[in-house]
Order: sequence, then C-alpha cells, then structure tokens
Amino acid sequence: MVLPRWLLADRAGLVLLAVLAVISIGIPVLNLLVPPDHPLHLTAYTVTVLGKYLCYALLAVAIDLVWGYMGILSLGHAAFFALGGYCFGMYLMRQIGTRGVYGDPVLPDFMVFLNWQELPWYWHGFDLFWFAALMVLVVPGLLAFVFGWFAFRSRVSGVYLSIITQALTYALMLAFFRNEMGFGGNNGLTDFKDVLGFSLQANETRIVLFVLSALALAGGYLLCRWLVSTRLGRVLVAIRDSEDRARFLGYRVERVKALVFTLSAMLAGVAGALYVPQVGIINPGEFAPLNSIEAVIWVAVGGRGTLVGAVVGAVLVNYAKTWLTGALPEIWLFALGGLFVAVTLLLPRGLIGLLRRREATT
Amino acid sequence: MSELVSDLDGSGLRLRQESVDARHGILLYLEEVTVTFDGFKAIDNLSLYIGDGELRCIIGPNGAGKTTMMDIITGKTKPDSGRVFFGQTIDLLKLDEPAIARMGIGRKFQRPTVIEPLTVLENLELAMSGAKRFRGLITTRLSGEERDRIDAVLEKVGLTEHSGRLAGILAHGQKQWLEIGMLLMQEPRLLLVDEPVAGMTPAEMDRTAELLRSLAGSHSVVVVEHDMGFVRSIADQVTVLHQGRVLAEGRLEELQIDPMVIEVYLGAGDAYH
Ligand SMILES: Nc1ncnc2c1ncn2[C@@H]1O[C@H](COP(=O)(O)OP(=O)(O)O)[C@@H](O)[C@H]1O
Ligand SMILES: [Mg+2]
Repeated sequence: MVLPRWLLADRAGLVLLAVLAVISIGIPVLNLLVPPDHPLHLTAYTVTVLGKYLCYALLAVAIDLVWGYMGILSLGHAAFFALGGYCFGMYLMRQIGTRGVYGDPVLPDFMVFLNWQELPWYWHGFDLFWFAALMVLVVPGLLAFVFGWFAFRSRVSGVYLSIITQALTYALMLAFFRNEMGFGGNNGLTDFKDVLGFSLQANETRIVLFVLSALALAGGYLLCRWLVSTRLGRVLVAIRDSEDRARFLGYRVERVKALVFTLSAMLAGVAGALYVPQVGIINPGEFAPLNSIEAVIWVAVGGRGTLVGAVVGAVLVNYAKTWLTGALPEIWLFALGGLFVAVTLLLPRGLIGLLRRREATT
Repeated sequence: MSELVSDLDGSGLRLRQESVDARHGILLYLEEVTVTFDGFKAIDNLSLYIGDGELRCIIGPNGAGKTTMMDIITGKTKPDSGRVFFGQTIDLLKLDEPAIARMGIGRKFQRPTVIEPLTVLENLELAMSGAKRFRGLITTRLSGEERDRIDAVLEKVGLTEHSGRLAGILAHGQKQWLEIGMLLMQEPRLLLVDEPVAGMTPAEMDRTAELLRSLAGSHSVVVVEHDMGFVRSIADQVTVLHQGRVLAEGRLEELQIDPMVIEVYLGAGDAYH
C-alpha cells in the first residue's frame, strides 16, 4: 500500500491510526468472543465508555484544528457537539414510535405530555435516517458559518471571540431548557429504542457504534491532518501567527476562518451524533459552558496544534474523570482546574510536546 | 458558496495587474489625504506621487505619519478625505487589504513579520501569487514551475542555502530579506518597505541596499527609513514627511542644506542614527 507523503511524515498519526485499527478489532473480540467469566472479557458498559472517549477525542481534534492551527480559541465547541447530538437524538426519538409511554405513533412522549397536537415543522424529516445524518452536518455547520461570518468579518478575535463563543453555547443551553422549544426541555431526548432497526441495548449494536466512533475519529483525524499539510494549512498557521501578514499577502482571512470553523463544527457535530446513541440521552446540560472549556483543556493537556495530542488529551483526561468522579466526585472540578494550570505552566506543549522533546534529546 | 470558496484570496475582486495604467509615468497617486485619530491629524492634506519604477525614500521624525501613510495605501486605514489611486484607474480606497495586495502592492512591516514555524521555502510558497485560489490551496505539492519561481526569489534575496530552515531561527537580517522575498513572490508592481535596516549590521545593510536597488526599475519601491547613511546609499529621490505632510522633496544633498529640513529632522538627526 502506498501512503501519501503527508501521511508518511506523520509518525505519531500513523501510531494513532494503528491503535485505532487494533482496538476496532480487539475490543469487539474481547466483548463478543471472550466468555463473560474470563478476566479479559470487556463488558458492554466498558465498550460504551470507551466509545464515548472516542467521540470526545473527535471533538478535541475539531477544536485543535481551529485553535491549534488557526489560533481561534473557541469556548463554544460543545454547542456544535450538542447540536449534532440533538439532530441524531431526534431521529432516535422518532424511531420509538408507539413504544413510548403514551403510545403516540408520531409525537414523542414529551410533546404528548405538553398537549401538543402535531409535530412542529422542524421535526419533520427526522424519521428518515439519511435526513437526520445530513442535519448532523448541516445544523452545526450552518450555525458555525453564520456565527463565524459575522464575528470574523467584524474582526472579533482573541479573548473577545472566546467570550462570545461562551455566550453562544450558554444562550443555546437556556433556549434548549425551555419546553416550548420542542426539544424536551430539561429532560432532553431519551428512552431511545433502536437505530435502523437494531436495538440500542444489544451488545452487537454497541460494538458497531464503538467501531463507527473509531472510524469517525480516524476519518476526522485524516481529514484534519491532510488539511493542515496542504497550502491551506500553512495559511492557517500564518493567520494564527500573523493575521496581518496573511491579509497583506492577499488572503481573505475572514473567509478562510469562517470556512475552517464551519468544517470544525461539522466534525464536532458528527462526534455528538455518535455520542448520543451510546450514552442514550442528550439534554441541555451538554451545552453547558463548562463542557466547552473542558474540551479545550483536553487539547491543552495533550498538546495544542498536534492533532494527535488532542486525541491523547481527550482520552486521558476523560479516563481520569471517570475514575475520579467515581472515587471522589467533589474534587473533579478542582482537579481539572489544577490540571489546566499545571499544563499551562509546566507543559506548554502538552504531553505530546514532552514526548517530542524526549525524542529530540535522545 | 462556490463563489465564496473560490474567492478565499479576494481574487474575485482582482483586476488583472496588467491593467494598472501607469502611462503617465506615475504608479501611485496620493492627493490631499487626511487621517485623523481622535482629533489628531496623523496625515494632514498629504499629496505624494510615486513614479513607475522609481525608488523613493521617505524620511521624517518618529510620529511623522510614515507608517500611517502605508496603512492608507494598503487599505488598513481608511482616510477621512482625499484620493488614493494605483495607476490612472484603480481607486484603492474602494478596496480592502487582500484586494489591494492582489492588485500588486506588497508591504513589508516595520517589525519583520515572517511565519516562524514554517520553513523559508514554505514562507515563500505561502506568498506565491496564483497559488491562492481554493484549488491552488488544496494541494501538498509544488509544481516544477512554482519551484523555479521560488528558487529565483531565494537566489535574489540570498537565502538559497537556508530554504529548508525554519524562519524562526533565521538571523534578524535574514528575516527581513525573507519578508522582502515574500513580497517578490506576490509579483508586485509597488513595494512598500517600512524601516528595513533597523537593527541590521553594516554588512547586512549593504546587502539590503543592493537588493532594493536591484528591484527598482522593474518595480516601484517606497522605502521608509531613519538611517541617513542607508538613505544616501539607495535613494534617487527623498521625501521628508513632518506632522503628516510633505515638508520637502528632492535629492538628499539638496535637502541636507535646506534650513527647514535641518530644523525638524536633520538637526536632531543624530538621535535617529
Ligand atoms: N491607530 C492609531 N490610533 C491613534 N493614533 C495613531 C494610530 N496610528 C498612528 N497613530 C498616531 O499617528 C502618528 C503617526 O504615526 P506613524 O504613522 O506610526 O508614524 P511614523 O511611522 O512616521 O513613526 C503618531 O503620532 C501615532 O501616535
Ligand atoms: Mg513607523
């Protein structure tokens, strides 16, 4: 097999892809073929938790593309993740059909509960898988494009941009909390039954979702890696390090930013869409400003501007979170804050930077 | 959307460079330009003409408005009043920075501004005109013809042996040359060069003077500079700017004996050496 030069030069990326290939085969084997009483057996629960990490990793890659390479610190990317999740959640809701508590063939339970008589216009089409899948890309992409178009054209940048991305996700959270919005309010969308006719409770479905998450992460990673190794990737670096230089070289900086921001939001949307069937619920809490900040911390921990670092950071921090929130739930936020300070001060180039330095000195 | 994608570089607005009409021998016209910052006139009714192929030095004390003048020509600052034309026909005040850059006006900043994490070669590739359409950007390769163009510029700015090095580790003078090389990759008609020799060693200064002189003729070059020795070594024509307006214009030898110039600038000139 002949690999393109941009991929061959990316050793860390090849390692990542190899690891993803191994777990895509190994984890299903450990779950399906190793008997449950064997110590190496992986429970469906563990598989799902790992799948969740992979979705977070894809979100982190999306953030690293805009932050690490283009210098835009988005503190609102969880909004795009959540929107992708809601789009797919709407499909899953419509699949419930008459199996809901109220047995209405069309209306989801929460609408019946609110005494709604018919489906709001924006819920139409979501009974179709292809339509929902398309919306997973379109809705976050469109929001990012419109937001980016106005923000970047007004030359909002730096900390001001970060603040308005926080405001964006916060505003969406408040909106989605309202019952009248038609997205289940506080409770969000849940009680999903099946996807494309396959039960979400089934082991096999969970395995497939896990493998799909690994594939999506590999695909998202490859797309971003390719993009940053093209000339456009160098334009991004120029925008990050000297926006004026890029502009006076003749680049329409605002458009490049809006376009790449949109692409990044779409990747975040895909991550959210794969996340929802695995965790079985999407609610407005996913829009919480803290979620976006956490995702940025994953990237910082792993190493900004490396893509692989984003994956490493997302998986390690979330592993620590799963462990800590189990053992000592009340200290998680302090630990996260401390981690961020420690990384900023001691490891400005993240864990990947640490590895690279090792490599360079030996 | 497709228009948007194909127009990342503003080429949709681009008039062909050949259409710059310098038939009257003048490439750049600034007429009665005024810029006010919070009531302070940084540029005050300034008129200035740059000839086609001319090498012009602009001198003047700090705060005279030299950088602001470049901001106006390149679209970064819009003046309150006045006219700025590139050739006879192109009204620069109607265009924004990328469009002006694509029209054939290259600008070197006062602080050397190269993209430090990229190599010398990648910096030049980034600046290459014609590579900026969307399709041109979505590639990881250089064509043979592009490589030749880059090699020619590397040679010209004397960085051939450094093409694979990161721009960030170049010496100060080399960064300045790289930035000038980036301007050349844009194939400009007019080069605006803000304080190129600040912080350079005498040897570097000599090379820079030689480089700028070699560009005149095929390009118009406007150099803002404090260093009198350097100005003497390159300029045909010198304009003295003071408080946002032209105080005097002519050959350096004439200006150096002009009492008005001596008073505002040359008298205190030692401070700028
Ligand atoms: N964006 C700005 N806002 C306010 N004042 C400015 C701005 N840019 C320049 N000035 C002022 O305009 C004057 C001219 O500045 P500048 O063009 O940088 O001078 P020079 O390059 O000749 O040293 C200075 O007094 C400077 O403080
Ligand atoms: Mg200046």
